[in-house]
Amino acid sequence: MSQASVLYDLPGPKARRRNAILGVASIAGIVALLAYIGWKFYETGQFEARKWEQFEYAAVQRELLAGLWATLKAAGIAAVLALLFGAVFASARLSDKWVLRAPASFVVELFRAIPLLILIFFGYYVPLQYGWSIDKLWALVIGLVLYNGSVLAEIFRAGINAVPYGQTEGAYAIGLRKNQVLRLILLPQAFRSMLPAIVSQLVVLLKDTALGFIITYPELLFVGKQIGGRLAFGLPYVPTYLIVAAIYIAICGLLSIFAWWLQKQLGRMPRTAAKVLPAQDAGEDAARMV
Amino acid sequence: MGEFLRVLTDNWTLYREGFTNTVQLFLIAAVGSLVLGTLLGAMRVSPVPALRAFGATYVNIVRNTPLTLVFAFLVFAVPKLDVNIDYFPSACIALTVYTAAFVCEVIRSGVNTVGTGQAEAARALGMSFAQVLTLIVLPQALRAMVPPMMSVFIAMLKNTTIAAGFSVLEAGAIPAYMAERGEPQFAVLLWITIGFLILILPLVALQRFLERKWRVAR
Repeated sequence: MSQASVLYDLPGPKARRRNAILGVASIAGIVALLAYIGWKFYETGQFEARKWEQFEYAAVQRELLAGLWATLKAAGIAAVLALLFGAVFASARLSDKWVLRAPASFVVELFRAIPLLILIFFGYYVPLQYGWSIDKLWALVIGLVLYNGSVLAEIFRAGINAVPYGQTEGAYAIGLRKNQVLRLILLPQAFRSMLPAIVSQLVVLLKDTALGFIITYPELLFVGKQIGGRLAFGLPYVPTYLIVAAIYIAICGLLSIFAWWLQKQLGRMPRTAAKVLPAQDAGEDAARMV
Repeated sequence: MGEFLRVLTDNWTLYREGFTNTVQLFLIAAVGSLVLGTLLGAMRVSPVPALRAFGATYVNIVRNTPLTLVFAFLVFAVPKLDVNIDYFPSACIALTVYTAAFVCEVIRSGVNTVGTGQAEAARALGMSFAQVLTLIVLPQALRAMVPPMMSVFIAMLKNTTIAAGFSVLEAGAIPAYMAERGEPQFAVLLWITIGFLILILPLVALQRFLERKWRVAR
């Protein structure tokens, strides 16, 4: 171990020996765990060709792609609208006028405290009861926009507030107006500092589209349930969910890596006074991504 | 307004049962994820590379998987492995497995907020590992951990509603029952919202209080 750690001193010969023993023991433990899971899979016939063969069919592949498309469509629409929602409410919360600030704060705080699924239910059950026809896509999108838009509004506000106050003072001192201060001085600096946080919130949004499963919106997870529930192929739930999970992990993982890369790039640029809001690696952010 | 109140009083048993189960789910999963998350967090800051890699892999896989998928896997796929778990324990396990990854990250970054110099100075004074941990590192790290940890648990409380999609009668399942009874859904959902606000707002207030109180000391 080369990097210095808070908890452990650089190991001497004795500690190195102990760590090596612990390392071997833990590798053995992990291998045993994986072997047990693999054996359990084998024993219950998860590796049988019958359970996997339908993924060779073009029709099933198209089904999966259609599910993925439905997921990405919901995520895409919701992302654009949530960014708009966030921008509007963040600027209202940053306003000097009490009449704008108070209601915006109320809305943002309220929607952050309501479970996302309940917000989606508002868009799903209420129209259903009165017989208004509303697409399930929009029920899902409404919920996603209200919740993630509120979180994004907070990110935007934090980003603007993270620009040191001297910047604002300096801008006013050279005679800029309020509008110009925000547009020319604060936003360009804040935008860069909050970009990684925005991207990781969009990953959260993408993950949350899976809630569409509960209101039977035909997204990836819902399609997975249908493919997994086919008796003719021996109810291949396990293979199907492994494939679906791999797709989610690949997409979200790529976006997460992008956010992390962005943070590193932006951290390197010296031209902004604002500190980069973390995309990953901070507890605060881990908390936001739940 | 009378209609609005009637929705609650007529269906009081359903609401009570739903929210009781929500709180139960929350408490069990909170304890579970705290234990599992601490274990994973300890792995991620340990001096053994194999354990660090295991912890990192776990976190990265779980963090990029939707919670609904974890639920679906436990409810639909795990029985196919000849492991039969009831719906409520399944929901507890799903929430625990998922939330533990975030608890782990909070713990890891909390420990990392403590400067290396602190521990070096403590070791220079001749403190043992246990003393460094309990007297120097943890008291400082805990302050950094508590506010984000509370955010994680607040989010987890909201996430319990997902169990409604998987045959657990908790607060999120109430609308489906009410649809059968023909109650006005807007009122039904508004009462659920109020229920969650009653549960969540004290937690949020406590979190902000702790955040304010401990910011000065650091």
